[in-house]
Formats: sequence, C-alpha cells, structure tokens
Amino acid sequence: MRHSIRFIRNGHMVELDNIAPTALLLDYLREVEGATGTKEGCGEGDCGACTVVLGRLRDGKLVYEAVNSCIQLLGQVDGAEIITVEDLADADGGLHPVQAAMVEKHGSQCGFCTPGFVMSLFALYQSTDKKVTRDQVNDWIAGNLCRCTGYRPIVDAGMAACAGHRRDRFKGAAADTTGLLGFLSDTDDIFIGDENSFFAAPGTLDSLADLYEKHPTATIVAGATDVGLWVTKQFRTLPKIIHLGRARDLDRVDDTGFELIIGAGVTYAEAEPHFRALDPDLGELLRRLGSKQVRASGTICGNIANGSPIGDTPPALISLGATVELRKGKRVRTLPIEEFYVDYGKQNRAPGELVSAVIVPKLTTGHLFRCYKITKRFDQDISSVMGAFRFTVGDDGTISEARIAYGGMAATPRRAKGAEGALHGAQLRDSRAWARSFAALREDFTPIDDHRASARYRAETAHALLGKALIEAAGTTSARTRLTGFREKVANGSG
Amino acid sequence: MDLADIIAGTTPLAVVRVPTPHDSAVKHVTGKATYIDDIREPSGTLHVAPGYAPIAAGRLTGLDLDPVLKAPGVVAVLTAEDIPGINDISPKGINDDPVIADERIMFHGQVIFAVVAETRDQARRAARLAKVTTAPSMPVIDVDDALIAGTTVLPDYAFERGNAVDEIGRSPKEITGEFRIGGQEHFYLEGQIALAIPAEDGDMLVHSSTQHPTEVQHVVAHALKLHDNAVTVEVRRMGGGFGGKESQATQWAVLAALAARKTGRPCKLRLDRDDDMIMTGKRHDFRVDYQVGIAKDGLLRAVDVTMSARCGYSEDLSLGVVDRSMFHADNAYFYPIAKILTKRMRTNTVSNTAFRGFGGPQGMLFAERMMDHIAYSIGRDPLEVRKANFYAGAGRDRTPYGMRVEDNILPELVGELERTSEYWERRKQIADFNATSPVLKKGIALTPVKFGISFTLIHLNQAGALVHLYRDGSIVLNHGGTEMGQGLFIKVAQVVAEEFGVGLDKVKITATSTAMVPNTSPTAASAGTDLNAQAALLACRAIKDRLFDFIQEKWNIGRDRVQFRDGKVLVGNRARDLGELATTAYQARVQLSATGFYKTPKITWNREKADGRPFYYFAYGAACSEVTVDTMTGEMRVNRVDIRHDVGKSINPAIDIGQIEGGFVQGMGWLTTEELVWDSAGRLMTHAPSTYKIPTASDVPADFRVALHDSGGNREDSIYRSKAVGEPPLMLAISVFSAITDAIISLKPAMMPRLDAPATPEAIMRAIRATTGGDGS
Repeated sequence: MRHSIRFIRNGHMVELDNIAPTALLLDYLREVEGATGTKEGCGEGDCGACTVVLGRLRDGKLVYEAVNSCIQLLGQVDGAEIITVEDLADADGGLHPVQAAMVEKHGSQCGFCTPGFVMSLFALYQSTDKKVTRDQVNDWIAGNLCRCTGYRPIVDAGMAACAGHRRDRFKGAAADTTGLLGFLSDTDDIFIGDENSFFAAPGTLDSLADLYEKHPTATIVAGATDVGLWVTKQFRTLPKIIHLGRARDLDRVDDTGFELIIGAGVTYAEAEPHFRALDPDLGELLRRLGSKQVRASGTICGNIANGSPIGDTPPALISLGATVELRKGKRVRTLPIEEFYVDYGKQNRAPGELVSAVIVPKLTTGHLFRCYKITKRFDQDISSVMGAFRFTVGDDGTISEARIAYGGMAATPRRAKGAEGALHGAQLRDSRAWARSFAALREDFTPIDDHRASARYRAETAHALLGKALIEAAGTTSARTRLTGFREKVANGSG
Repeated sequence: MDLADIIAGTTPLAVVRVPTPHDSAVKHVTGKATYIDDIREPSGTLHVAPGYAPIAAGRLTGLDLDPVLKAPGVVAVLTAEDIPGINDISPKGINDDPVIADERIMFHGQVIFAVVAETRDQARRAARLAKVTTAPSMPVIDVDDALIAGTTVLPDYAFERGNAVDEIGRSPKEITGEFRIGGQEHFYLEGQIALAIPAEDGDMLVHSSTQHPTEVQHVVAHALKLHDNAVTVEVRRMGGGFGGKESQATQWAVLAALAARKTGRPCKLRLDRDDDMIMTGKRHDFRVDYQVGIAKDGLLRAVDVTMSARCGYSEDLSLGVVDRSMFHADNAYFYPIAKILTKRMRTNTVSNTAFRGFGGPQGMLFAERMMDHIAYSIGRDPLEVRKANFYAGAGRDRTPYGMRVEDNILPELVGELERTSEYWERRKQIADFNATSPVLKKGIALTPVKFGISFTLIHLNQAGALVHLYRDGSIVLNHGGTEMGQGLFIKVAQVVAEEFGVGLDKVKITATSTAMVPNTSPTAASAGTDLNAQAALLACRAIKDRLFDFIQEKWNIGRDRVQFRDGKVLVGNRARDLGELATTAYQARVQLSATGFYKTPKITWNREKADGRPFYYFAYGAACSEVTVDTMTGEMRVNRVDIRHDVGKSINPAIDIGQIEGGFVQGMGWLTTEELVWDSAGRLMTHAPSTYKIPTASDVPADFRVALHDSGGNREDSIYRSKAVGEPPLMLAISVFSAITDAIISLKPAMMPRLDAPATPEAIMRAIRATTGGDGS
C-alpha cells in the first residue's frame, strides 16, 4: 500500500502524499506549479486548450499520449511523465520542431489555443517516424478548437514538423525516461486519505473489487472523461474516488479467436485497432468518438457503465451481441449488454458492483455489419442518432438474423425489435421486406426533441440509416452512399 | 499553397509588406504569452463568481444569501445595493443594462448577485447555494414571439429609394421568400476575465480582456463613483474577441472592481465557459421576409425586404449592428428601387452584441439568398444573375443609403476567380455527377463580398498613438488599439519600424492602457490598423520632424538628404546609429516622444435622412465553394474552396491570409454547424463546446486555395494603401450556404428550397423534404 502518487516532471520524480480526491491536473499545473502555459478553455475536455502529454509505458514501450488536463484527476497521472508546453523548447530557448513549424507557418493568432495544439502535435510527432498525412494531422488535432486561424496553417505546421526524421531531446532521453517510468511502475495499491474521503487506485482487480464492495458509494473512475465534468461543471462532491487505471489485469484485450474480451481499463485508443480489425466501420466509429485526448483516457467499459442514452459504442456492441461482465467482491456474473440498460440513468448493476469487462463476439461468415454516427459536426461531436446493424445472411441471400440497435432514439441504447423481425427470413434484396422493416421501425421508438435534433429528424434519420445499411449490405459501394468513412479506405486505418 | 504565390504582385519594403510572424508567435508556442489569468496574482487575491437568474422574465421576490456567506472561503457577496455609483453597463449610458439586476429579471442568466471567495472553486460552489425566489412572467423568446408581442429595443428604421411596392407590382416577375438566419456564439478561446487591483485614493487598476478599454474605464468609474482619471484599464492581449469583448467585457470588469473596492483586496473574475455562453450576447439572429421585382433576365427592378432581429433584453450595440445589416443588404448589387426595413425586437434572452461583421453578414446573406432565388426561378445560372446585377458605372452606382460605389473592382476580381476556380467546367462535372448519383449530390456557388470600412458612428473613426524614442535608439510603441490575435500590434510595429528604418527588434510593443492613450475607440469594425497605424505613423513623423530640424540646425543638412534605413540614419554622407543621433538630439534638448492623432477623412452620415458617405472605402472579395450533400441524412462536406480577396497593398500578407482563412472558416461555422438552441422557458441549451459545435480541422477542405487580389492598392489614402481585413472574409462563407442550396436544387430544378441558417444536417433534410415534397416518413 502506497499513500502517495508519483510522476515525472522534467526528468525528476515528484511525489505528492496529500491530494484531494478530485484534485485536477490542470489546477495542479497552473496553481501549484505556476506553469500557466497550459490554458483552461472550457473545463469539459472539448476545446483542448488544456492539452498536456503523458508519457507512459504500454507493454513496456514508451508512448506519449495527449490528454485534457482540465478533466484529468491528478491521481490518474501516477506513474506517468507529465509534459507541458513549457517543457518542449531547449534550455537555450531553441524551439521544438513542432513549435518552430507553428511559428513558420503562422499557426497562431490569439495564441490561447496554441499550447494545446502544440502538445497534440508533439504527441503526433512522437507517435510515428513516418511522414504524416493531412487526415492524420486532422485526427490528432480534432480535440483542439481554434477560433482564429481556420486550421489550415496549423495542419500545415503539423505536416511540416512530422515530415522527416524525428530527433528531439525526448527521443534522445527515451532510454532514461523508460528507465524512470519502469522504476515508478509497481502494482501497489494507492490509498490517499481516510475512510471518509480518499483517492484510491488499487493495483489489481481483486483489491479493486474488494475496496468497491466495502465502499459502494465511491465513484469508480477510469478515464474521468465524464466524471471530470461532474467536478468542474456540476460541482458534485465526490469524497471517495476509486481509480481503476492501475489495475494491470483490467488493462488488456484478450482475443480468444472468436471473441474479444475487453477489460475495464482498456481505453478507446487501445481498443481501436481491435475494433478496426473486426470491421472498418467500428474503427471509424472509434476514430470519431471524442478526440485523441478523450480516447487516450476514456474506456470502452466506462462508456458502457456510464449509461448515456447515446453512448456510441453501446449500440454497436448491442448489435454485435456483446455481453458485459460484472464483478462484485469475488462474485462475477455476465449478461447481454442490452439487458444492462434498464432505463434512463439506471443500469442493472448492484451497489459495489462494477463493469469489469465486455465480451464482444467477432463477426463471422455471413455477417454483414454497418454502423453510422450522425452528428452536427463530423469530428468530436456527440451523436444525434447512432445506428448499428448486423445482418446474418445465408448463401441463398436469406437474412437469418438482424440485430439493429440505436443510440439517441430512446432513454437507453436499444434494439429495434420490430424492424429486426420484419427482416428475419426475408431475402436481403427484397424491397417489400425493407418497407416492412421501415414501417416497424417507426413503431420501435418514440424519440424526443432536444438541442441535438428534433424527434422528427431522429425518426427520419433512423429510417435513413437502416436504408443505408441495407443498400450497402445489398452491394452498393459506400463511396456512393457516404460522405466520409468509406469502408474501402478506412479498412487500412487512418492513424 | 506557398505564401510567395499568394502574395505575388506586392513588393515588400524593408519591414512593411513583409510576411512577418505575429509578434507573440514564439511566446504563443512556448506558453510564455501572458493572458490575464496567467498574471501572477498579487498576494491576497480573491475570486469572484456571479450568481444568475433562474428564470427568463419576471421579478426577483427573494434573495437569501446567508447560505452563500456561510460557505467555505466566502469573504463577501455583492448585490445591486453594493454599487455606489450607477448600476448600468449599457454602452450608451441609457440605464437598460444593469451590472446586477435588483428586481426585474429580463433573461435567464442575468446576474443577480456575486460571490467573493478565497478561491475560484469556493466562489463558484457558493454561488449555487443562494435561495432565490421569483415571480415569473411569460417570456418573449424569439423574433416571432417579439413580433407578436410588439416588443422592441429601438424604433423600426428603413432605407427607402423610390416606391418598391409599386415597382414590384409593375415588374414582369415577382419573387417572394422568407428565411431565418441563426445567431452565433463568439467562442473566443479565452473566456471573459478581469483582475481589479485597488490602489491609493480609491483608484483602481483593471486588467480586462476587452476590445474597448476606454468603455471599461468609464463604466467602472461610473459604477464606483470615481472620476475617469482614477481608473486605469490595461490589456496586453486577448485570447480572441470577435466582437464579444467590445461592450460585453465590461460587466465582469465592473464586478471585479466592485469586489476589490468592497474587500480592499485584488479581485479576479474569470467566467466558467458555460456561464460565459449563458451570460454574454451573441450574433443577432434574424428573420428575413422579402419581395422582389425582376425583369425576365433576372435584372433587379425593386427590392422590398424586412429584416427582424432578435436584440435580446437590452439595446447594447443593436442600433449599429442592425443598421449595418441594412448597409449590406445590397451586398454587391444595384437596387434601382429599394425599401430595406429593419425591426429591432426585444426578447427575454441575453442581449445580442457585436460579432465580426456587425450585422453585415446577415444583410449580405439575404442579398445572396435572393440572387439564388432569382436565378433558380428563371432557370439561369446564379453566377450570371449575380454578375448582371453588380454595381456598375454612372446610373448603377448608388447604394440604397445614398453613397456612390466608386472603387468597385468586383467585375475583374470575380472574373479572375471564375477562371481560376474553373467554375464553368466544374458546374458541368457536377451536373454529370449528380445525374448518376442518387444519394450524394454536389453543388457549387461563387459569391462576392463588398464590405464598407469605417465605423458608421462617425465619431469613433479616430485614434491616438504614443511613441518614445530612447537614447539607445530603441522605441516604445503604444496606441489605442487592442490585440486579440488579429495581428494589429505587429502591423503597427511594422509601420513604426519602417518609418525609423529599424528592425522590429528595436520596437517594443506595449499593452494598451487608458493611461497611455486616452479616449480610444473600440478595436472593431475592421478599422484597427487603418486608424492606429496612421496615428502611430503621425507620432513617428512628429519625432522625425524634430530630428530633421535638429539636423538642419546642427549640421546644416536638409531633410531631403537625411534617410532612416537599415538601423542607421544617413545624414548627408555620414551614417549614424539611430541611438547615436537620439543621444545627440537629447543633449540638445530635443523632445524624443510624441503623440499622433488620426481621424478618417471624407466620411459623413445623416441617419435621419439615410444619406451620406458612411464608408471611407469598400473591401472586396469572392469565394467559390463546392459541397456534397448526403440526401438521406442531410450531412454535408465542403470539397473545395477558392478565395480571391482584396486587401489593397497588404502591410503583412501572412497576417492578412490568416484573417481571410480564419474569417472564412468562422463564417462557415456560423452557416453550417453552429446552432444556438433555447428551450421554451428561455434557457440556452447549447452553452458549451460539447453542444455548440464550431468547426474543427477536418471541416476545412484539403483543397483550400486562397489568393490576394492585386488591385493596385486602396484608391483612398489608407495606411500604405492597404485595406481592412478583419471582418470582410467572414462573409466569403456565404458561398458554402449557396452551394448547399445548389446541391439541394439538383433534386428538383427550379424549386427554390427554403433553407434556414445554419444548414445543419437537420436543416438540410428539412429543405430536401420540402423540395421533394415527401412526407419524411
């Protein structure tokens, strides 16, 4: 048991033994360290002005990940190296290649978003030794908003800085950093505070489950991409925080050959290649979910446990026939993911019970899968409607099973049972069956009006997405039915 | 595209016309640029958080602040009673905009008290503990509500040339339309903030993120019952402004100053992003109703338009904003006969305010929508109809407000863009694509911009500057303009460096301060460089005149034989360091500091008669945009954008390109993804970036071609013959909106779809359903 957190700053270890459960990384940087280069733009992880980079060992390899420090709990950074915009230039003031490119390309105007962009581009710089594409840069800065430049010079700066051989002092110090991070990595349980108010980060699932059973009112935190907002926006008092990011046995994806078992610590970023391998649409779904910063912190299981009516991954997982694994103390149970969602804000989860994994069956012969995310803005936006479709089609063209799930159409992510039923046993290209399915879909849901979309648009779009899935499943290339995310292109990954 | 290609045709001088990086670029990228929240807080600094009205309309019947005062860290609370002076932040001093509402509640989010606490977190948490009781009344929320209720902030106002109704009746063809234009949140990345530091004699130093330090000074002085000379307002830089900090930075500065006065300690107020979006005004949203009479070929005969704007609960800057929507309701087109009527509706929503373009974009969107409507109705290409209706020579050069358009370069500019964008070839390719693509439909549009430069409130067209030359040859520059990212400071510094023949490293840019240059105008109306660079130039020339006189007296060398260049002063045949000359002049008791003052010539405006020359000149540009629309979902992508824009002879092409691209993308956001939604109780539902979507990098097309138009320079005697560039490019984005219309039209030619802005996927689907006549199910 350790009663402190430890991280690396500028090559030195910092140890803090007195942190509030919901202390935030950004406040620590700005108010304790006085490192004011990192800015607060929105306090909810959407604008990226607070972006910092965390160096971590993943599978023993040093990786640099951009995160939103405004909603990152300070306790989450245990075991990481924290890099802020002040740290990039050389001691003599020589600019880092991404900084120099930003100046050269006129990538800053008011400058307030600039530190965040610099850090996202820095993470991109570290992520590969290859020349990067415009799409890759766009993706790496999708979580950074700029209101002045129109982005063109920033993207140009990213492409220029990440065009050639990478050599910066972080590359030069990689061995030392790896050593330091290795020294910091242990499986001790962290507990700071007392029985009434604490930040805890157990080192194993067993001790995590025990602690949560003992403190069922505690808040389980994985990436804090939502819990962070409970602190910054809702001013909730969360006296007991249990962070699951240190439990190594949760941070793994097991491939059994016919299914993926995704542990509760697996971030979107870590899951992305696995999902992309299942189906290009799943890869594209994850690419458009949140931003690099959000995907580096948030987890698939957090997305499930959170119980949002939209959720993005839950509709896809429902359609894929996934099951959730729940753990309370020593007891483990599983249930189909759609049964996990009871009602708005209510899940089939007992006090002290946590989502420990999600089990995702792979697609097999006969499965045709499609999913679509409809948003006002393409990148980093919450869906107004999210639709996921898995048709099981026999050699004779008969649909033996349709699993259709939507987000944004009801109080929880839910299956469209009527629309599914209308397709069972029908020929894939039978337009009368399609019409029956569309008609049944109208009865499946009673969506609501809100600021993302009206009930009518939701209903119409749900229909359109089912239509699109059927058209594509019947053989039309997605290049003729979609504006982005062509299956033929994204199959190879977009970085 | 290389900058060299973009700026072809402009010969750099030593410093001016060189594409120099922003003066703070290195500080931006290293995190060393100091914004107000980054200033090291003086010890004992307290934090202020506002508490706001939970209803949109009604009366405050009870406000129990005991739980707030008892909360941890709370030092004081502020209510209307704590204001010793005038409880009003209205720009015109008309008492319709309280700092803290005392009884009447006029919008959801109106400040009704403030908390002062040891930490920001404590202040914000405590602000939620007040027990507020209210007597709500029925709120007036949108323009339609207000039109029914008949609530206005100002009387209706019209430009009338001839009898439009009669002429439309006589025209061969009549077209009638209606549409809505949404508002826009500024979303400056740095939210509203002020730090007030009390000093001796009750004086107050206020660091405010404001585009208008002088107004903050006045309002703080009035609220605190001080003379203007007791309040100093300073701003080094803002993290974006876009008009949102022209009049509406004031309230937060006043609250910080009130708190500082009450507690005797430095006080800082930084609004949380959600509070900022709820409590500060936005671009005005409009309803537009129009009727036009045209000849068979689409040539306009008369235009009758009514534009009704949601002004919010108070007047704020609505007079100027809505007037400017009228000044641009013609955009680039000659209206032989016109009635342009505006209604300024009062609603129980936040008071709408300045936003880049200042009403101009809404007026211009109407003009372009009308052009599309005419073209599709008569089956001509919209570009042909646009060109046919352009302002031209005598007889077709008079605007609806009496000014003649004398510097029109649009025919040649648009002609160039038509060619370089390959408009006609692509028009054909798009038709071919659409013929074989049932789901995805493309559209293209080329739209012009003509934007009048000058404040239409004539007295604001003035500026002052202060320049010091030190004995080592270094220079301090100060002027009344503020830096919000637009590059004003570097442009003015370039002008000063050029004048003294030194490098930019010799010119120290300093924070805008009401103690340095008094009685300043807001940095707005795109006029920052036009005004302040001229003032700085005059200050430099005053110092140089004294040096010329001194040189004449000491060495008997006339000014025609003196040159300031390459960091030296060539006096006859001898080169001296500027510092050496300055030292010698100092020893001879020559004053090496000067002020400069500039006022824009030629401009006049008589609002009662709706006649005059309100603009010194016009800035021009045009854009061609191509989009693809998914007709099943309403999703839309911009495929390619070509821009040609007129900045005269650019002082800094790199900065100007940044303004053009940034303005375009901001305008594209306004017209596509940025949607403000209020619920029926008058609460803003889109008050954070999670729900209000400004463009991200991937919304900008990879194929984005921007060129500066070489027009030979401003025909008026502007600073280095440059042209203002802050606002005009925003309206280039109207081409995207028109291209979306064009894509929808392909479903049913000659059927003008009603499309409201912003063209979100849902708005596009509505237009598609209306066009195809489907019931949507």
